[in-house]
Amino acid sequence: MALIRDDVAAQLKAEFESLQNPVRLVVFSQTMADPESEQVRRLVEELAALDDRLTAEPVNFVLDQERVAQLGIARTPAVAILGAEKDYGIRFYGLPSGYEFGTLVDAVLDVSSGDSGLSEPTRTALAGLARPVHVQVFSTPT
Amino acid sequence: MRLAYRFAIESERVTADGVEVTGYADLARRYRVSAVPKTVVGETVEFVGAGPEDMLLRHVQQAAEVEAGTT
Repeated sequence: MALIRDDVAAQLKAEFESLQNPVRLVVFSQTMADPESEQVRRLVEELAALDDRLTAEPVNFVLDQERVAQLGIARTPAVAILGAEKDYGIRFYGLPSGYEFGTLVDAVLDVSSGDSGLSEPTRTALAGLARPVHVQVFSTPT
Repeated sequence: MRLAYRFAIESERVTADGVEVTGYADLARRYRVSAVPKTVVGETVEFVGAGPEDMLLRHVQQAAEVEAGTT
């Protein structure tokens, strides 16, 4: 059975028509230790199947240590949302359900455009950041 | 969460994790997540709730300074 309902899939297809550049969704799972991560892999694969510009790249968290290290993944389930050529450092951890599924879709749209949509003052201020900063936003299912 | 992602798109120095914390009791404890959304910038700068752009910016700038001070 599909994880993305038909009506939602149709909506997403329409929304993805505005995609500008390809987006790669690298999804890390481990069947034995974390069955939920398999569900995330399926969800991401279904999402990517909705548009040619989206690709799902399933990675075995246990076996593909090189990819895990390269993308700095510490746990599963994890999804790295990458541009065609660029890693913006955007990751989603956990099961993207409910409201957070929308967040994942938004991340795909934003990475595809490559434009943050932020105000000029914010852009200027961020350009002046002296050091790397890691932001974590924690949520619970809604 | 989307705002944090947009900061990451804008700046090569910003990386952003969205964490659905239910399955990660260790993280929930470590970052004392009780109310959500909770944003943790660096290891020590944090706020609860969905703040506007300038609020996240202030915290990001603060974290950059804090971590500069510790090295």
